[in-house]
Amino acid sequence: MYKLKTLVIALLISTVAIAQSGYKVGDIATDFKLENVDGKMVSLSDYNQAKGYIVIFTCNTCPFSVAYEDRVIALNKKYESQGYPVIAIMPNNPAASPGDSMEAMKARSKAKGYTFPYLMDKNQEIYPQYGASKTPHVYVLQKVKKGNKVKYIGAIDDNYQHPDSVNQKYVENAVDALLAGNPIKETHTRALGCTIKI
Amino acid sequence: MRYIFFLLVLVMVSCKNETKEVLDSSLNTDSKDIDLEIQDFSGIEKYLYTTTDKTYVVNFWATWCAPCIKELPYFEDINKNYSNKNVDVILVSLDFPHVYETKLKPFIRKNNLKSKVVVLNDMDSNSWIPKVHEDWSGAIPATLIFNKNERKFFERAFTYNELEHEIKQFLK
Repeated sequence: MYKLKTLVIALLISTVAIAQSGYKVGDIATDFKLENVDGKMVSLSDYNQAKGYIVIFTCNTCPFSVAYEDRVIALNKKYESQGYPVIAIMPNNPAASPGDSMEAMKARSKAKGYTFPYLMDKNQEIYPQYGASKTPHVYVLQKVKKGNKVKYIGAIDDNYQHPDSVNQKYVENAVDALLAGNPIKETHTRALGCTIKI
Repeated sequence: MRYIFFLLVLVMVSCKNETKEVLDSSLNTDSKDIDLEIQDFSGIEKYLYTTTDKTYVVNFWATWCAPCIKELPYFEDINKNYSNKNVDVILVSLDFPHVYETKLKPFIRKNNLKSKVVVLNDMDSNSWIPKVHEDWSGAIPATLIFNKNERKFFERAFTYNELEHEIKQFLK
């Protein structure tokens, strides 16, 4: 009986640990059905023609996210037509971060002219599955038979302050490699970001 | 009529000058006497290791980061309450350079921060984040506690009691 108890506890602990760590490169990522700023529900599976996705957890309020807004727009402009659309997901709880309410998201999307969906992870159930710990946090997915495979996790590039001084465009390098059928050189990078507000 | 117009312009000009002066002087008082230590990661690294008997609490924060600002007083309290127990607090600001004068310095002055404040300005975060700690994804607030024997990293916010509890483990 004691052994069983220990086993159950060990199992529980390992489940929690897995839930916290999120996806690693090579894992199959979950699809979702989240509300967009236009009021419609959006899923990855809506994109029949897509070869993959650039999923970006981002928000209105984090200065790092704001610094990258124009570069996220540019990513969608460059890659949507090539089969890798940007899907932006706002993971914060608006009660803890009022500047990230659906109304505020709508306003930002309109003001910046977002050409990609800007979804709210309303129940805060998607970002923990992906393992996003901050905004911005990027997951490049490739559509394969089994589902959407995680091919890259991390930063957009290596200079959050000065777009003109970027040396490594991590996300572009990853998507370019996928489009060319080449291995991705850097599959995991890190960058500063704001904690997700729960 | 012309005379009135001239007078109006005169009033407008003088008002404008006055506002400007008031703004400038308030800015000067706010940032007076604060000499920011701004470093790239190689300049920060010396604060992340020790060979002495001291315990260091290094907190990564920024003025725009709400959970950081909320927990900052606890780090200040630790700095005060544990200074005689060989504990040093270092606050590493990750504020952007364009707010050093307008936000960071006024914040330090207004809150009368007693802990050592260092500013880290290093773009290539992918290379230095894992050097702070392998477990850090890059989100702030983040805190590193270490002495010459061990180090522990936290990508989370603290209450005073939680922070004190972790520090006490290093003083045993």
